[in-house]
Amino acid sequence: MAANTLVQGPAVPANLLLCDAHVLDPRAGIDARHDVRVRGGEIAEIGAPGALEAVAEEEAIDARGRHLLPAFFDPHVHLRTPGQEHKEDLETGTRAAAAGGFGGAIAMPNTDPVLDSAPLLRSLRDAAAREARIPIGFMAAITRGLEGEELTEMAELRKEGALGFTDDGRPVRSAGMLRKALQYQRLCGGTIALHEEDPTLSKGGAMHEGTVSAALGLGGIPSVSESTMVARDAALAGYEDARVHFQHLSCVASVEAVAHAKAQGWRLSTEVTPHHLLLTEEDVRGMDTRMKMNPPLATEDDRKALVEGLRDGTIDCVATDHAPHARDEKEVPFEQAPMGTTGLETAFAALYTGLVLPGVLDLKLLVERMTAAAALFELPTHTIENGKPANLTLVDLDGEFLAGEHGWESRSENCCFAGRRLQGRVLLTVAAGAVVYRERAFSVVAA
Amino acid sequence: MNHLISIEDLDREEIERIVAQAARFAEVSDREIKEVPALRGRTVLNLFYEASTRTRSSFELAAKRLSATVVNFAAGGSSVEKGESLKDTVLTLGAYKPDAIVLRTPWAGAAELVSKWCPAAIVNAGDGKHEHPTQALLDVYTLQKRLGGIDGASIWIVGDVAHSRVARSNIIAFQKLGARVTVAGPPTLIPRGIEALGCEVRFTLEELPKADVVYALRMQHERMNESFLPSLREYAAWYQINGRRLGPRQVLMHPGPVNRGVELSGEVVDSPQAVITAQVEAGVVVRMAVLYELLAGAREPLPDPTRPGRPGHPANPGQPGRQGQPDRPENVKQLA
Repeated sequence: MAANTLVQGPAVPANLLLCDAHVLDPRAGIDARHDVRVRGGEIAEIGAPGALEAVAEEEAIDARGRHLLPAFFDPHVHLRTPGQEHKEDLETGTRAAAAGGFGGAIAMPNTDPVLDSAPLLRSLRDAAAREARIPIGFMAAITRGLEGEELTEMAELRKEGALGFTDDGRPVRSAGMLRKALQYQRLCGGTIALHEEDPTLSKGGAMHEGTVSAALGLGGIPSVSESTMVARDAALAGYEDARVHFQHLSCVASVEAVAHAKAQGWRLSTEVTPHHLLLTEEDVRGMDTRMKMNPPLATEDDRKALVEGLRDGTIDCVATDHAPHARDEKEVPFEQAPMGTTGLETAFAALYTGLVLPGVLDLKLLVERMTAAAALFELPTHTIENGKPANLTLVDLDGEFLAGEHGWESRSENCCFAGRRLQGRVLLTVAAGAVVYRERAFSVVAA
Repeated sequence: MNHLISIEDLDREEIERIVAQAARFAEVSDREIKEVPALRGRTVLNLFYEASTRTRSSFELAAKRLSATVVNFAAGGSSVEKGESLKDTVLTLGAYKPDAIVLRTPWAGAAELVSKWCPAAIVNAGDGKHEHPTQALLDVYTLQKRLGGIDGASIWIVGDVAHSRVARSNIIAFQKLGARVTVAGPPTLIPRGIEALGCEVRFTLEELPKADVVYALRMQHERMNESFLPSLREYAAWYQINGRRLGPRQVLMHPGPVNRGVELSGEVVDSPQAVITAQVEAGVVVRMAVLYELLAGAREPLPDPTRPGRPGHPANPGQPGRQGQPDRPENVKQLA
């Protein structure tokens, strides 16, 4: 199979000189002030602060006091195209990603129709080559129509550019079916990403099962619905020596199951969302439908275990599970509302405000975990090094804002952090050498 | 009080005030002409998304006995069946400018949502498995009448707690008035975490004799299909309140409708311990008190609600006699 690639709409390579930024890239081992030149799509030069002179047709940006990070990478977004463009499309979704400092993202296949055939994948990649603001890739379904009955033509899908396979939104109920997909992976490669949920346990549930669901009279989804499936599928992956990625972990028991499985040397990776790292079932008490997601927000113990898992590496990366829904779909009673929250535009600021500022996580570690996902899907990792593609995010760590105060780039506004005071504004995003986002109020110093 | 959405929003004094007001209205229900003009000119809209006989009819009676205009809007056979969302329905009905909307839905939190979309006073007449605050108030009323007070009483709520909004509202209300509450039922029907509401949990009725009040919940037949129970027979064997289990000094309550032979044996339904009919009676006067509290306003000087209706006062709103009435604002002024 050819190497994994992302697709992106037409973009003009930027000529930038970022002056005196605090450059932070844990992988490259940089944590100091530098001038950084971007030219021809690449990081052309890194120099001491004040050492680089702006040249003709180059935009100099005063980045004093700002942090320059490798652009983030999101392995889990729902761009809703095709079929649900009233929620999001390739353009609005990638605009939201760019505004959140993301330089790459992977779209899930639970669209309408489901992305389960090569012709559909080709048309989507063609559309992305016209509309996507940042480079994106696509996962294809494991089973046709996400029905869990028949495998998709995985090898052909891989040839057409599928980064991997997932039935995200649904589990692969049958262990036998999943096992066949894992075996078939030997032929076609591609990371198999799993949404873990036992539908016989989660049936009828609208939130985490516990004291809050009991008080509200809402059907509960017990944590074991996820953790038993994580344990089952980790064992299957180990048995087949398959490459498996567990999506959006949400509870203590799942983190423990993954830690155990990784200790066996099985080829597993995992992700966690900002909302599971920052919110709990208590946030559901007001029955705000923006707090309804799958897996559901769980207990404070679960939240702490996820933070700890992210810190110690049991959890490899942050994923937003950006799941846009139209206003009228969410403005309904809690039980009727679809699951999901948007997350691309708030991920970094929410985590910086909620975990880095109070001293729970180190900023370096957060940056590492927000860029780590690319490698899990055999894509190059964003890094700030001479000669590497320019994938950069300039942030103002002191910049405060109310989430959503100026609206959203996303077509939807169902963000669980809406209205919260966050710190850590994204000012500028460079993806594959092109400026893909610039904060409106961000003033630029002319060359 | 602007709305009645959750019993949690009421403190002990507010509950007692409504119950006391209900006691004053009880006299009206015993008259030949069962109507007072307290809410004349006000419009009460019953919006029911679920089948309901006693709650809907008791709200209707309550509103009519206070001389309010009542409009019933049942979800079946309406725009709701054509796919209209709850919000659009409420915005549409809100344009009729109702003073109060009595709302019953199968969805938790719906009453609170509606209160954000519409300026009318919202009365939650049941939102999914969440709450049913007027049921709790009428149960408190009934018990106070029977026992004199419920401070320190031990109240057992028995049966399908998981699917019961009545159980949730009553656990909260009884405890606010100083009672100790125990919930008992099959483990499949007791929600995990319910003890966070402050009640005790039991899976057998061994300690039932300690209870002063036994509150049996309705066992819905659908639960059998979902494997919550092996059979109604087994449920009855373990949890039915019957002559053998019910002591002579215990009070028996049930929100209705009763499945005779399932959660209650026929003999206890007809026993002197049962206050089930009293609960239904209380339903009307407590709902009168709630509508009165919300629409007449507790802070305004209370008109004597027992003052007889004027001669020639129409027996029912909507009859020809009403058409010549002055506009609503003047009417409100008259009342104040």
